[in-house]
Amino acid sequence: MGEQHDSSPNGVHSKPVTLDVEFSGGLETLFSSQRSHRIQIPAKDDSEQPANLGFLVRYLCENLMKDKRKELFVLEDRIRPGILVLINDVDWELEGEEEYLVQDDDTILFVSTLHGG
Amino acid sequence: MPPALPIPASKLCESCRSTRALISRPKTHQKLCRLCFLATFESEIHATIVSTNLFTRGSRVAIGASGGKDSTVLASVLKTLNERYDYGVEFVLLSIDEGIKGYRDDSLETVKRNAVQYGMELAIVSYKELYGWSMDSVVESIGKKGNCTYCGVFRRQALDRGAERLGINHVVTGHNADDIAETVLMNLLRGDLPRLHRCTSIITSSTSSPIARSKPLKYAYEKEIVLYALHKKLDYFSTECIYSPEAFRGSARTLIKALEKVRPSAILDIVRSGEAFSTMIPTQAQTLDARPPQESGVEADIGDGDAGCSNGGAGRSSGGEMEVMEKALVAEMSGLETQIIPTPYIAPGKPKKTKQTPKKIREQKMSNCTRCGYLTSQKLCKACTLLEGLNKNRPKTVVEVEAEIEDEEASSSLRRGMEAIKLAEEVIMS
Repeated sequence: MGEQHDSSPNGVHSKPVTLDVEFSGGLETLFSSQRSHRIQIPAKDDSEQPANLGFLVRYLCENLMKDKRKELFVLEDRIRPGILVLINDVDWELEGEEEYLVQDDDTILFVSTLHGG
Repeated sequence: MPPALPIPASKLCESCRSTRALISRPKTHQKLCRLCFLATFESEIHATIVSTNLFTRGSRVAIGASGGKDSTVLASVLKTLNERYDYGVEFVLLSIDEGIKGYRDDSLETVKRNAVQYGMELAIVSYKELYGWSMDSVVESIGKKGNCTYCGVFRRQALDRGAERLGINHVVTGHNADDIAETVLMNLLRGDLPRLHRCTSIITSSTSSPIARSKPLKYAYEKEIVLYALHKKLDYFSTECIYSPEAFRGSARTLIKALEKVRPSAILDIVRSGEAFSTMIPTQAQTLDARPPQESGVEADIGDGDAGCSNGGAGRSSGGEMEVMEKALVAEMSGLETQIIPTPYIAPGKPKKTKQTPKKIREQKMSNCTRCGYLTSQKLCKACTLLEGLNKNRPKTVVEVEAEIEDEEASSSLRRGMEAIKLAEEVIMS
């Protein structure tokens, strides 16, 4: 897609998106044992597409997750089955899952259902 | 706060049609708003309770509470329903303190808060007080391998004893549809028809315990339980048991969750399949313990969510110096249930199983453990058998632990595995 446009790294053209990202149900242990993170991500992904949830997940893995056990969060580049994602309290299944375009001040909550009951 | 803009019809709750939908139900794909979801979830649990006549007016029922999501949601929903539909039941929280620092001590704090929040009495029974051993000291003594067997045996008895102390003969646990689907799959994969038969029934009572166990959340999806806890802002604790290995159950769980992703109804379908299978299993096989002795821990009965141990404890084979206890346990097991071997129903399974010869039919006679008085079919109950080993081997254990440091994992655990298999075979043959 944007091959000739190699001089445009992430987010040069538009303002980064500011998000509240939260982890719960045991996932916080993978993210410095901290439930809430206010982060900024580039407004566009590597192929100049507006940042969506799929991009956010890759971004979190590469930039926010210090824990090496990536497979506890993603499997085959997608959110591990059994982890629920809520976008401003709404089940991401109602918002297009990975395709959802993130907006400034969105709260994205990742909750694991995989831990003991 | 009223919404400034009208909500597009496609985003509206399909039940009340006035509020924005927040949830897509895994069972039905129905889109619901927060309030309609909470109400639907509660009314489904109520329907399960009513249709199975789970509770009797005027009775006291203990909720096996770990502080985790399932038992916390169970306690909250039961409180709500008891008030809404006037069950006339008194619910009490019953927690087990296994004595695992950094895990159970934290989750017990959650249960203590829940007791205040729900206005329920709380009883805590600890392994240390009952058995003289905390799980921390058991693991210190035997190592991490096989520790779930101890925890499982101890927990089952501890819940019974806790209930007994409270004068209660019914304990409800937070097992959900996902847990049961996992267990159905595991029992299928092991060819364990007796357990396949038992694991789907909503209420189980056995001759080995005067206390009935039931699972009011057996048709509730784990996803909905977590969403219920979130949307009701319930206070729950979520950390893995630090000793639990992610063996067989872990794989079954991953498979279930992957299936759910592609076909959300799969979970309930597996539960229903399990129920259907159980009606087809011949009565002979229902009481048989089909698993090889090392595997036939107590885990399948109690380990999938009971007061905390929801993912671990695949009850798998022994390690450390468990052989002695295994021997005694096997003896105990073989007498526990009427032993009729319907050969056609036993999967060939592992090589060691092929040496199995039909055991004599033995009537199960329950009596009190000569040491602690717990109901058992042997002289000593399972917990006392394990304890005898723990107490006897205390000095020997120190040596064992040192030896393990030298030759680490592989060779020593392999040797022990082989010894355990040999021993089990001897027991079977004898």
